[in-house]
Amino acid sequence: MIEFAMDITLVISLLWLAWLLLAAQDMFKAIILFIIFGLFMALVWARLNAPDVALAEAAIGSGLSGALLLASLRRSGESGAGNEQRAGGLEPGSGITPGSATLNITHRLLTVLIIGLAGTLVWAAWVMPPQHSGLTEQVTARMQRSGVSNPVTAVLLNFRGYDTLLEIGVLLLALICVRSLGALPQFLTLRPPGMVLMAFTRLLVPFMVLVAGYLLWAGAHAPGGAFQGGAVLAAAGVLLLLADIGLLQSCPERLLRALAALGFTVFLLVASMMLQASGQILNYTPARAGAWILLIESAALISIALILVLLFSGGRFEKGRVPAQERDPVQ
Amino acid sequence: MFLIEALGVLLVLAGMPFFLAGTLGLLRFPDVYTRLHALTKADNLGLGLVVLGLALQASSWQAAAKLLLIWVLVLLASATACHIVARSALHRGLKPWNRKEQ
Amino acid sequence: MSNAHLYMLGGVCLFTLGTYALLTKTQLLRKILAANVMGSGVFLVLIAGAYRSPSGLPDPVPHAMVLTGIVVAISMTALALVLLGRMVPGSRKGDKE
Repeated sequence: MIEFAMDITLVISLLWLAWLLLAAQDMFKAIILFIIFGLFMALVWARLNAPDVALAEAAIGSGLSGALLLASLRRSGESGAGNEQRAGGLEPGSGITPGSATLNITHRLLTVLIIGLAGTLVWAAWVMPPQHSGLTEQVTARMQRSGVSNPVTAVLLNFRGYDTLLEIGVLLLALICVRSLGALPQFLTLRPPGMVLMAFTRLLVPFMVLVAGYLLWAGAHAPGGAFQGGAVLAAAGVLLLLADIGLLQSCPERLLRALAALGFTVFLLVASMMLQASGQILNYTPARAGAWILLIESAALISIALILVLLFSGGRFEKGRVPAQERDPVQ
Repeated sequence: MFLIEALGVLLVLAGMPFFLAGTLGLLRFPDVYTRLHALTKADNLGLGLVVLGLALQASSWQAAAKLLLIWVLVLLASATACHIVARSALHRGLKPWNRKEQ
Repeated sequence: MSNAHLYMLGGVCLFTLGTYALLTKTQLLRKILAANVMGSGVFLVLIAGAYRSPSGLPDPVPHAMVLTGIVVAISMTALALVLLGRMVPGSRKGDKE
């Protein structure tokens, strides 16, 4: 009974937060609400016995998405002529003028359609059987041959490894698209970071690298893996950028490109080797499966982390800036 | 064994009022600085008590150590975040609330 | 009503809310947020579906799919945000001069 009350509270909080964030006038407020929404999603994943997803949601869905959105808002706020005329249509557009007759009809039609959609979906969810084992048995029966003991990692990198290969491809493709759009206005130069943030970053980054490595290793038998580890490493990178420690900026461009493509390349190479050897893509021999998975995940971890940090900073690390410690200290 | 578990539950319960007070402060205090004060101070102590209570009930000392580590990291992160928010507010020229001026 | 059904219905509501906001809101950044909320709704339906397993061990296949989905969603968000940043003010159809 108490559990059910908690479930209802969680679901209602989620819906309420979604409503608030979609209706909030102030975009900054909406983004903060989106971050909180992500944290509540992570709570729901933990409640639904999905710790792998909870870790990824907290780190990527809430943390990094929030950082991306805030950075984008900051850029749009500072790049234009002033706050009045923001670039990129962040201000309310004037495409819809309330009161026009065609619009009202369209709007009503849309509302009816959406209510119809909602009804259909609710009905579809309602008639689903309350108990269904899905593919649990098939996965459990083959766990011995997968090379790992965490079923989610087994599905991600062995049984459905093809999906994960394409997913890392999508991430790489997003980076290539972002880079090909040219340089974005930088927002980090506005104010030098404080001493506290710099000291905190220096203290925390080595620890985060350690945690990323731990998550990668633990992924074989417990919740964790390349995505969760990569997200933690990416967060470390974002901290390095925000604290203006020029570590990432000092990396040569060629090395960055190679590292960003490393995960996809290694994955593709292993896949084609398996294709040559057994005629099937990503069909590992059970004895070696664990080692192959660790190799792919290690390469993927580095690429995922680097790509996420690059996406945060607009595709490139800005070169030729004066690191904060060489500037005049402010207060 | 029973005593340790009871102490654990008591510590977790003792942590709850701090979260309540912190949330109340966040909602009711007049400006960003006092709200930060309510949030960081109260939540740190509240979380500390909850973590201590959970660590007492943990199955192994490794799990207890992990819990304590989480607390230390939250302390560090929340102190830093508090400092950054306050610094940014000060840079924007937000004046700390003062009873006499009201 | 079981827990799984409750969360599935929650997911459906999130999806619908997101769809409505995506179609009716005019701010582009808000549309990106709405697309993310829609995605979260879909993930919620998937994970709640996986939770129905009678053995108590949830189905790992939807979990892996959602993990993949979260990463694809952030790729989509990042690209959309950069495209947004590249837009010239006033270039949208219907924008005022």
